[in-house]
Amino acid sequence: MIRTAVAAAALFALVPLAQAETLTVSAGPDAQERLQEALLDAQPGDTVAIGPGRFDLTDGLSLDVDRVTVRGAGPDQTILSFKGQLGAGEGLLVTSDDVVLRGFAVEDSRGDGIKSKGANRIVYKDIRVEWTGGPKGTNGAYGVYPVSSSAILIDGVTVKGASDAGIYVGQSERIIVRNSTVSQNVAGIEIENSNQADVYGNTATANTGGILVFDLPNLPRMNGGGVRVYGNKVFANDTPNFAPKGNIVATVPRGTGILVMANDGVHVFDNDLSEHATANVIIMSYRQGYEDANYNPYPRRVVISGNRHGRAGFAPGVEGGDFLTAAFGGNAPPVWWDGTGAVDALGLHVTDAVPVLSLGLALAAPTSSAKPAKVELNAPAAPRPAAVVLPPAMEAAAR
Amino acid sequence: MKRAGLALLALAGALFGAATANQPARVNDAAIMEDGYPAKLSDYGFFLDLKTRTPARRVVGYDLETPLFSDYATKQRFIYVPEGGQAIYDPKGAFDFPVGSALIKTFGYGAGAAFRPLETRLLLRRASGWVAIPYVWNAEGTDAVAKRAGTRLPVSFTDPSGTARQISYAVPNQNQCKDCHALAGQIAPIGAKARYLNHRGQLATLVKAGLLDRAPANAPRVARWDDASAPLDARARAYLDINCAHCHNPQGAASNSGLFLEFDRTNPVALGIGKRPVAAGRGSGGRDFAIAPGDAEASILIYRLRSTDPGIAMPELGRATAHEEGIALLSKWIDSLPAR
Repeated sequence: MIRTAVAAAALFALVPLAQAETLTVSAGPDAQERLQEALLDAQPGDTVAIGPGRFDLTDGLSLDVDRVTVRGAGPDQTILSFKGQLGAGEGLLVTSDDVVLRGFAVEDSRGDGIKSKGANRIVYKDIRVEWTGGPKGTNGAYGVYPVSSSAILIDGVTVKGASDAGIYVGQSERIIVRNSTVSQNVAGIEIENSNQADVYGNTATANTGGILVFDLPNLPRMNGGGVRVYGNKVFANDTPNFAPKGNIVATVPRGTGILVMANDGVHVFDNDLSEHATANVIIMSYRQGYEDANYNPYPRRVVISGNRHGRAGFAPGVEGGDFLTAAFGGNAPPVWWDGTGAVDALGLHVTDAVPVLSLGLALAAPTSSAKPAKVELNAPAAPRPAAVVLPPAMEAAAR
Repeated sequence: MKRAGLALLALAGALFGAATANQPARVNDAAIMEDGYPAKLSDYGFFLDLKTRTPARRVVGYDLETPLFSDYATKQRFIYVPEGGQAIYDPKGAFDFPVGSALIKTFGYGAGAAFRPLETRLLLRRASGWVAIPYVWNAEGTDAVAKRAGTRLPVSFTDPSGTARQISYAVPNQNQCKDCHALAGQIAPIGAKARYLNHRGQLATLVKAGLLDRAPANAPRVARWDDASAPLDARARAYLDINCAHCHNPQGAASNSGLFLEFDRTNPVALGIGKRPVAAGRGSGGRDFAIAPGDAEASILIYRLRSTDPGIAMPELGRATAHEEGIALLSKWIDSLPAR
């Protein structure tokens, strides 16, 4: 793997640097056309430099040229405003490889903020995506949305107000999400149907749920896993769920810290978790009906260790929540498992110094059939996934 | 109203066909094949007279049995295949056009002599593959200029139900052309397939004009979406195929959705039946399934077709109006599906 990366870097070095150009776009009239034209005119190696100021845009922008850097004057300086957007499903769409997005904001896009699809080795650095009216069901779904890609670096990104997930990585592999801040989204950070992901050094607060690791059925890419969630500050994710019904995150209870669902090899460690009305950590199966022979609805080989727990479980956002708090003397345990399947067979392992609650639910059974009880998740710990290492050029682009 | 529209379309088709015969003018092959994009539509020489859009030699008009809906726009479509070349027939996918071919589609409003062109989208077959570029017409309708970044045009028209509409019509940018026309990362034609062209002898006409290598008698054919005498299922599936499946297929822009709407797709969940949304966001409209069989109103698909909000509307591009007649067809189809 390292050998390949070096070879690729050497190949790039053969391209004369003198040919790389900077296409500068300043704020002002006709921003839509001038900015889109620059994104079309850019050649591999070029930079599209977007000046400071507010760019009022009427349509989605898109980039489909490899090895282009789109750079603004800073996430509070260069603002791409899609308040007047009339078309396209996102603010900015990237469909090419080796793209660096850096130092600008996307505000009030009607759909997703920035989507990158089939865009390998993409870097999102110092980007802000925000719906400025606060959390609302009419906000776009995802803030930063890389999907169907290999090698993704999201570093220093801020997302506020997404009606689904602030930072959402789907159906991808080799992912790092770090040093980012997500708030007032339904889900802060979501890793879905993806493999080899490191989520660390982030702050997730005032979302409905802080960090989610999911696997869903009926998708081209399933059986996600190999995810490490560590060193994050996840607290007071207390925003009422404002996701449109039908979406999976609409089922996330308010006051959820980290939620692992139907995934394999997820390690949650060394996080600061507190002030979650429902639970700091939830491990669960996919609980809805589905028709997909290739899908595994169970959480497997999940390890929760070395996390620091503050207050949790004081007002669980689930049916029978009052009963739970009463039964456990005011606070439900900070770690929950839905109780579906056998601990040993699934390889569930929790060593945090807090009690664990099992809801005692059969697969897909309604929560009204819960038989809550304390439980030990004491299967032997699965080995921790190796750290995700991205190509040096990506790390260099994020410095 | 609908009947009149069809008759005019047929008439237009006949006119294009007739005008093609033995025209001496040559298309500018270099403009199609060389790098870059000529500034004006006239630079290509596709038409002897741009004002009337009388086609040049080897430029042949065609239409689709079930066309893609684009804001009720009227479309004039032409195929150009250079001298000495032939498109290779394919029973399933787009015909394999030789380098130097072009697909020319002019969008506008009004019928017959009252047709007012807004934009012409070109798909040009170069040695490196297809490229796409839109041209926007001047007010006089005498020529069109390249508009790589796309634009918006204020448009007023009367829809088939007689309702006056005013919309901000979107000319796509070059990348947006690709959003719909990309198949496994390469640009590909959408409508130039046997099953859409196989009516009124169009395949034979193309063969006779020397543009296509053959027209098998058993060529497939989609139902016409608004042909009340055709089976409901066939009409709905044709509509979904042309309007949705260019994105919603395993190699298209919506591949990650797992919702695949090609005409020959059989897996019910992949078709959306009982399928929960993945990344629909507020596009779910509070509904649980893409298609709730037996219940169009509970189906996300209908909700998204009905919307013109960019965060909800499907398709994502090329639509500032809802296609009431298409929605009615698909609603009837979904209502007819047995509940599971």
